[in-house]
Amino acid sequence: MKPAKFDYYCPKTVDEALALLEEIGFDGKIIAGGQSLVPIMNMRLSTPEYLIDINQLKDLQFIELDGSKMKIGALTRQTEIEMSDAVRKHLGLLSEAVPYIGHVQTRNRGTFGGSLVHADPSAEIPLSLMALGGTLHIASKEEVREVNVEEFFVTYLTTDIMPNELLTEIHVPVPEGRTGYSFHEISRRHGDFALVAAACQLSIDDQDRISKVRLVLGGVDAVPLLITDASVMEGEHLSAPLLNKIADMVDEAVNPESDLHATADYRRHLAKQLAVRTVKTAYERARGENNERS
Amino acid sequence: MSVHKIEVTINGKKYQEQVESRMLLSDFLRETCGLTGTHVGCEHGVCGACTIHLNGSAVRSCLIFAVQVDGQEITTVEGLAKDGELTPLQRNFIECHGLQCGFCTPGILMSTTDYLQKNPQPTLQEIKEMLSGHLCRCTGYEGIIKAIQKTVDENNHHYEAERR
Ligand code: FES
Ligand code: FES
Repeated sequence: MKPAKFDYYCPKTVDEALALLEEIGFDGKIIAGGQSLVPIMNMRLSTPEYLIDINQLKDLQFIELDGSKMKIGALTRQTEIEMSDAVRKHLGLLSEAVPYIGHVQTRNRGTFGGSLVHADPSAEIPLSLMALGGTLHIASKEEVREVNVEEFFVTYLTTDIMPNELLTEIHVPVPEGRTGYSFHEISRRHGDFALVAAACQLSIDDQDRISKVRLVLGGVDAVPLLITDASVMEGEHLSAPLLNKIADMVDEAVNPESDLHATADYRRHLAKQLAVRTVKTAYERARGENNERS
Repeated sequence: MSVHKIEVTINGKKYQEQVESRMLLSDFLRETCGLTGTHVGCEHGVCGACTIHLNGSAVRSCLIFAVQVDGQEITTVEGLAKDGELTPLQRNFIECHGLQCGFCTPGILMSTTDYLQKNPQPTLQEIKEMLSGHLCRCTGYEGIIKAIQKTVDENNHHYEAERR
């Protein structure tokens, strides 16, 4: 298993990378961590003519708290996210999700931005970002544009990014007040692709009523699936009937497929279970956090 | 530009070589540098046999192109022992039957060495999670886990003795 021939470029600055992309982006591919790209190149499922290596663009490797948002550079390694105290403190959902990605050895190399751009609909980072909300900064030679995460994922392995563009950084709002989160996934073996994954981030008011909720499911549709109807929870206390309602909503919304690893029915079942479980945990955590403070 | 000149430090020694851009780092180490301690199992990032240290972090060498490591530092399993003296982890692999055929061993040694440097006191569960990135067809992992735990225990005694 050896990759097909390609020409290799290693720009030293973002501007240099963008100039190259303008020229050869349509026949080429960007390589960051390479943990998804190189396997498919080795199997010759992908045979780009050019490879543009962005690993020297150290400007894109940072985690920075800026007021009410966290800025994360696209080239930040997944391990760095996992180890970051700032991420643990302010974006707990992300800290909880990242250890599910592949293995220690692939997280050491794999990047935050790479996972978003690869856009596997069962992957942990796309799912978490969808639950957290945020904007992606996408640069080309001409301009830098901002795209909301809700508009970013188009379909399987396809995003809003054009071949001459580069994802540079991601801004994520830091949740405020009484908030809780939960991430959970089921896979056949630790580190495998998730059969189904779920992420939930919610806030509650001082009477423990849900004031804001984002529930996202992975592995059940072509993109990370934001359950928009989950907003019916807003203004309510969490209760068994409400959880049943969520399960029904998820049943309605998901569109899973059967494959070698699991049947569509099983994925549907998992989606409902994981949705209920993550909502419950997030709610408990939102309340628990308050208890700690008082 | 499909052929490149690279300079890379491997186990403390400088290598200057010509590489084709599509050459995998694993093949570069084995075939160009003759360092056959790095094993190649699956060539798509699943088995972990090819794990090496790149600038001090354990990564899979079959998922990196040789041309990407120009100017960087690599350690392979050949670089663990110093002057013929095995590391405590390597000795414990022998003692605890942490290997049978030895195919998976170099990768596991490289991952574990890096991991213990960053997490000197892992729990059993954490050790297992770290090992989830490695396939071993022979041992059933029992011996491997024992060898790692023994190394952790010895390190802890060492710390405590130093503190006293
Ligand atoms: S040969 Fe690299 S992970 Fe299997
Ligand atoms: S000892 Fe044979 S594969 Fe692990």
